[in-house]
Amino acid sequence: MDVSQYLEIFIDETKEHLQSLNTQILNLEQDPENEDTINEIFRAAHSLKGMAGTMGYKRMQTLTHDMENVFSEVRNGNIKVKANMIDILFQCLDALEEYLDNIQSSADEGTNDNEPLIKALNQILTGEESGGEETSAAKEAETAKEEAPAQEAAPAAPEEDAKWTTIPIGDSETTVIGKALEQGKKVYGFTVYVQDTCILKAARAFLVFKAVEEHGEILISRPSAQDIEDEKFENDFSIVVISDEPLNDIIKAAENVSEIEKVVGGVLDLDSAVTEKEAEEAETAATEEKGEEKEVKEEEKASTAVAAPAQTAKQEKKPAQNKPVVNRTVRVDIEKLDSLMNLVSELIIAKNSLVSISGNGSSDASDSTAFNEQIEYLESVTTNLHESVMKVRMVPIESVVQKFPRMIRDLQKKLGKKMELYMSGEETELDRTVVDEIGDPLMHLLRNAADHGLESAEVRKERGKPEVGSIHLDAYQDGNNVIIEVSDDGGGIDIPAVKQKAISRGIVTPEQAENMSDKDIVNLLFLPSFSTSEKVTDVSGRGVGLDVVRSKIEALSGEVDVRTKYGEGSTWSIRLPLTLAIIQALMVVVGNEKYAISLGSIETIENITKEDIKYVQAKEVINLRGMVIPLIRLDSMLDIRKERGENDNLVVVIVRKGDKQAGLVVDELIGQQEIVIKSLGKYISKCKFISGATILGDGEVALILDANAMI
Amino acid sequence: MNELKENTAIAARDEDGYQAQEITQFIVVKFGEEQYGIDIKYVDNIVRMQHITRVPKVADYIKGVINLRGEVIPVMSVRLKMGLEADVETKATRIIILKLEQHGNIGILVDEVKEVVNLEGSQIEKVAYDTREDNSSFIYGIGKYEGGLISLLDLNAVALDKEMA
Repeated sequence: MDVSQYLEIFIDETKEHLQSLNTQILNLEQDPENEDTINEIFRAAHSLKGMAGTMGYKRMQTLTHDMENVFSEVRNGNIKVKANMIDILFQCLDALEEYLDNIQSSADEGTNDNEPLIKALNQILTGEESGGEETSAAKEAETAKEEAPAQEAAPAAPEEDAKWTTIPIGDSETTVIGKALEQGKKVYGFTVYVQDTCILKAARAFLVFKAVEEHGEILISRPSAQDIEDEKFENDFSIVVISDEPLNDIIKAAENVSEIEKVVGGVLDLDSAVTEKEAEEAETAATEEKGEEKEVKEEEKASTAVAAPAQTAKQEKKPAQNKPVVNRTVRVDIEKLDSLMNLVSELIIAKNSLVSISGNGSSDASDSTAFNEQIEYLESVTTNLHESVMKVRMVPIESVVQKFPRMIRDLQKKLGKKMELYMSGEETELDRTVVDEIGDPLMHLLRNAADHGLESAEVRKERGKPEVGSIHLDAYQDGNNVIIEVSDDGGGIDIPAVKQKAISRGIVTPEQAENMSDKDIVNLLFLPSFSTSEKVTDVSGRGVGLDVVRSKIEALSGEVDVRTKYGEGSTWSIRLPLTLAIIQALMVVVGNEKYAISLGSIETIENITKEDIKYVQAKEVINLRGMVIPLIRLDSMLDIRKERGENDNLVVVIVRKGDKQAGLVVDELIGQQEIVIKSLGKYISKCKFISGATILGDGEVALILDANAMI
Repeated sequence: MNELKENTAIAARDEDGYQAQEITQFIVVKFGEEQYGIDIKYVDNIVRMQHITRVPKVADYIKGVINLRGEVIPVMSVRLKMGLEADVETKATRIIILKLEQHGNIGILVDEVKEVVNLEGSQIEKVAYDTREDNSSFIYGIGKYEGGLISLLDLNAVALDKEMA
């Protein structure tokens, strides 16, 4: 059965189930007797198993099956929930996630059997049941055994099935085979028959190749690997394999691939093998093929070798090899789609009205009123359309943050500190692209809070704090921005220590450090390779964290800030724009150039006279309703040639960034306008005051000022 | 400019008749009196001079950005890049939009677009590396055409500068 069309759904649903399992098992740990939770877990595990089975992901199926067995016993009250059981279950979830990652990147679940985990699961079962009942896992093992004898019969199959005996073997192969034999390895030949009904023959063949390569090295294949990949073969193909494992193991591995009818194999006899000269030419091609194959194999070998101890390494490696096979999707509420549809039909009506007006030909007054009416109508439709499309792209950050409780739990064990994570505002919505990217930075910040932020239990007691540290993750909307804050009640940032470190690292000179404000010093933490933790731990402290956080957030046109008080904790806050792409902006004129300023960052617009300008530290400021606000002369900041003389009255646009404000001096206001943000491209990325460009109604390009960068 | 494009198309077809060996087509442009050749495969479009929106705080040879059918395209001055005196805008000034793999489109200002020529391999003389100095490093070869010399621009050197990355 061709299931590739369901792959997307499978991945989405598996993710959901895994997430729900994570959450529920966490709950279970807190409340081991809760029946609802157990039922929920059981259901999720069961659907997961079913789905993996349908999709033909056997390893995944086996693992979930065994997990389900455990849950089922827990549900029946035969097993009590224990701490080590929870640990194993979490490990299983991690393993499942790894499978899923593999599937996502290559449509294949990978080759890790996770046997220790399965063993551990079975131990949980048998440990409590004292081996009384036969678990279905054991049963499965038995069926596997039953299968084995059947396969043993295979090599004895009639000679005509064993097409591998006719594979021509070239000189180079002969030497390789000779060497292998010297090393005590064995050389086998196989012919694999794919079922007639199989649709994706190439994919199955690939899986066979992969399965066989786990056991040995594929030397020759007929047809060539390339042809097999292109599905240029009938229902069978033959391979020659060098291995030091028994023949039957390899046959079994190959037959385990679904939709394989049978595998015929035997020990290759070099003397009787065909060494036809006429096949020479084809042979050279095959040698090349083989070379490629070897490479692939070696890569694979390397990745499997590191798989167990360093899963992360594998994950990094895999995507590089394979392009993701699945597109990213957004689940859309049908209501949102309906409203989109309505707006589109309104758009069509508006267009038709315009057509009919222009079709009239006459241009009297009544036409121009009708025309204007339609323009206004069109305007309201496009605004609504934009809003609706935006909403479709918005997803709650819940999908990202719900994995954090689990992470904190793991950190707690790893770091030996007690901590509790409190979350709020999970329902806050952000653009899908932003939500996808925000996970890593948040994770970094949480880890930092757990590792560097929170003190050890003894220190906490000394300071009179509760033993259990608390970390807060709060999200909320603030105007056109979404703020996500990670705060802890730990030690806060030791500013003198940071200063000392910066000096010793040569980042700043002692004189510079003397003149820096506390805020500036804290900001040093965001520099690449700056880590204050005395010891490098598994969790953090390699100094790659905060600068990555910052660059990631800035790539999303957001910003990150920190407030800290020594001894009392620190708060990291991330400010992200609600939307990308289209914004409301104020158009202004400076000199003879037009600029757009995002309405989201504008506080007020003030008319001031020259006399209102005061000087603080030789810098221009104004005193606005008790607030001292620095003035920024846009013309000098942006090197704009002055066209007009200094006016007595100045127009100042007050912009704000967090709790800081600044006044931008402009020459003229044009008005508010909805603008589409266009990137300036790679050539012009150096100008930090410009966040993008937009195209005005008259076709001219206007630049968008990044008020945040100016403050 | 469509007119020019058509002309080049016709010219290309005419010469196709006796196309024997490797022929590269170049658009010949002028900076002052000197003729420069731009390999036609990198040329996306040639547009008339239009309003260029200045971008502050960038290298002086980046003149700014223009709107090309809804896309914002940066425009650079090859003259300034090569250390010649600044462009003087005339009726003949054109912006050649280059499409460079992976780096998107970029426009370059030229004084004048003259013609399209076909150069055979034998008509192109490569510039040796060790003689590359100053603005000659923007040139990878010299084409000989009807008694005149055409400096063939190395567009990668012109457009993809370290400073601009």
